[in-house]
Amino acid sequence: MNVAVCVKQIPDPATPGKLDPSTKTLVREGKLILDDSDAYGVEMALQLVDKAGGGEVTLVSMAPNSEVSGLRTALAMGAHKAILVSDDALKGSDALTTAKVLAAAIQRAGADLILAATESTDGYTGTTPVQVAELLGLPSVTFAKHIEVDGSTVKVNRQTEAGFDEVECPLPCLVTVTAGVVEPRYPSFKGIMAAKGKPVEELKAADLGVEVAVGQQVTDVAPAEERQAGEVVVDEGDAHERIVQFLEQLKVI
Amino acid sequence: MAFQKVWVVAEAFEGKPLSATLELLTKARELGATVEAWCWGGDVEAYAAGLGEYGASKVYSVGDVGGVLPGVPVAAAMAEAVNGGNKPDAVLFSTGYDPRDIAGRLSAKLNVGVLSNVVGLAEDGTSEHAVFGGTTVVRAAFSGDTPYLYLVRPKSFAAEPGGGGAATVETVSVPDAGAANGAKIVQRHVEERTGPKLDEAAVVVSGGRGLGEAEKFSMIEELAKLLKGAPGASRAIVDAGWVPYSYQVGQTGKTVKPTVYIACGISGATQHMVGMKGSKNIVAINKDQEAPIFSIADLGIVGDVHKVLPKLLDALKNRS
Ligand SMILES: Cc1cc2nc3c(=O)[nH]c(=O)nc-3n(C[C@H](O)[C@H](O)[C@H](O)COP(=O)(O)OP(=O)(O)OC[C@H]3O[C@@H](n4cnc5c(N)ncnc54)[C@H](O)[C@@H]3O)c2cc1C
Repeated sequence: MNVAVCVKQIPDPATPGKLDPSTKTLVREGKLILDDSDAYGVEMALQLVDKAGGGEVTLVSMAPNSEVSGLRTALAMGAHKAILVSDDALKGSDALTTAKVLAAAIQRAGADLILAATESTDGYTGTTPVQVAELLGLPSVTFAKHIEVDGSTVKVNRQTEAGFDEVECPLPCLVTVTAGVVEPRYPSFKGIMAAKGKPVEELKAADLGVEVAVGQQVTDVAPAEERQAGEVVVDEGDAHERIVQFLEQLKVI
Repeated sequence: MAFQKVWVVAEAFEGKPLSATLELLTKARELGATVEAWCWGGDVEAYAAGLGEYGASKVYSVGDVGGVLPGVPVAAAMAEAVNGGNKPDAVLFSTGYDPRDIAGRLSAKLNVGVLSNVVGLAEDGTSEHAVFGGTTVVRAAFSGDTPYLYLVRPKSFAAEPGGGGAATVETVSVPDAGAANGAKIVQRHVEERTGPKLDEAAVVVSGGRGLGEAEKFSMIEELAKLLKGAPGASRAIVDAGWVPYSYQVGQTGKTVKPTVYIACGISGATQHMVGMKGSKNIVAINKDQEAPIFSIADLGIVGDVHKVLPKLLDALKNRS
């Protein structure tokens, strides 16, 4: 079984984000890392391919500046190869454009199953995977908490507002995974060394026949209204009384 | 642009429209548009009155989708209507599991973009988005073809009835969506829940890593119960498996705006605060005087949750 995993390389979320003052889009320069939420999809893909008794895990990614450090992390976990679409024309592209690029790359790779995170850590629009599925004419199951492949069917526990649904879907299809789906491994030293030699195919949007048209713009950026700090009480053993009083004032009790 | 016609993708729970749906209807009405709703599932007639009261003049019902996930069939029916000439200027979806699927599908079918995480929407179509943990507001606008698709965070708008009569119901058939329509629900599992829903409760009591261990979350549940509220959580303890994801408040969880939010042992990371700083009153209990949560708390208690909470619980029990 061949699995394609959509992965995103993002600025380290631990460092504060920045907007480009002229384009007003997120600055994605410098070193990018593998989005944490994609480690789950990579791990899941590795385990499913292992269980199926063979096949390849291909990463598909879109990033500026031919950035590969995040891809190397996923390759070090065990993924076999990667397709990277890196193109200045794609800077600041919206979710649908990203989906068109990823869908074309997945088609090139060929896959029985496509995995993605429910949303990226930096952009969190959360629509790209389903757009990819629609562009490829495939079914999709979002918010997977558990995945099993049984012959040509994938069985997913899908998180819902009330609990979860057991969903079955024929392959090929796309599944988005939540953080709970599996515990990602850390790349081993051997894995890290092996990753250096694994193939990363770099492409432009035009190589995939994708036309870039951006249909949305940021028009304005402003600081949000700030909330003020109120009263601070250091507990001397009776702070609960102040809370009771506060709740009484609000007529909550 | 001015909106002439706006569609709202409606969701219901136990036969009643979700508050997130009523919020969108109210907003669509405010934008001065003709408002129409789309829904799926069984008993549409039962809640057409509720949708009408909040502004929908018409409800398109795709009916029972035969046990598949609704994203594909609902989007297919909507796209067919648009391509047949029934074209709204905008479609509003709330950021929920199924509406998000429908939005993604519809976007790709119509080749129009989606603006996600919308928290404000102006008459000219400009949307507002809270970024960097709500410290910055970004405004965005579409420049391409309509319909404009907006995925809106619940609790961004108030829900107010407009006094309209019941909406008329038009049944719409689902076009054949082929292989894409293959995701079938074989079994539903509903987790036990008592008390009000997290995003509708007047009081929310949330716990974080400062509770120290999973068992101590029972203090949060007990306090929430005594205050007729709902328990919530930071992501740290959801990820640690102490409580289900449905408890999570914040950027990747729920947005809550209760009368009182009580944060216990929560540091106040920006991603948490973006989900609760719209609360009318905030109480925080944290042993670290420097914790960021104090910067937005109306009442901050610098103290140990293991000392303050048991006494608070006793005091409240003695009152009742
Ligand atoms: C993309 C992204 C999305 C995220 N989305 C969310 C989200 O939706 N919701 C969310 O909550 N987080 C989210 N986070 C995580 C967030 O950044 C924080 O890691 C998380 O909120 C921290 O949870 P916490 O406050 O419980 O834990 P900590 O930050 O560890 O804070 C624990 C606090 O408890 C206090 N404490 C310790 N012991 C005691 C005691 N005995 N009595 C009183 N106080 C005590 C400490 O002083 C500390 O302030 C997200 C992060 C990322 C990167």
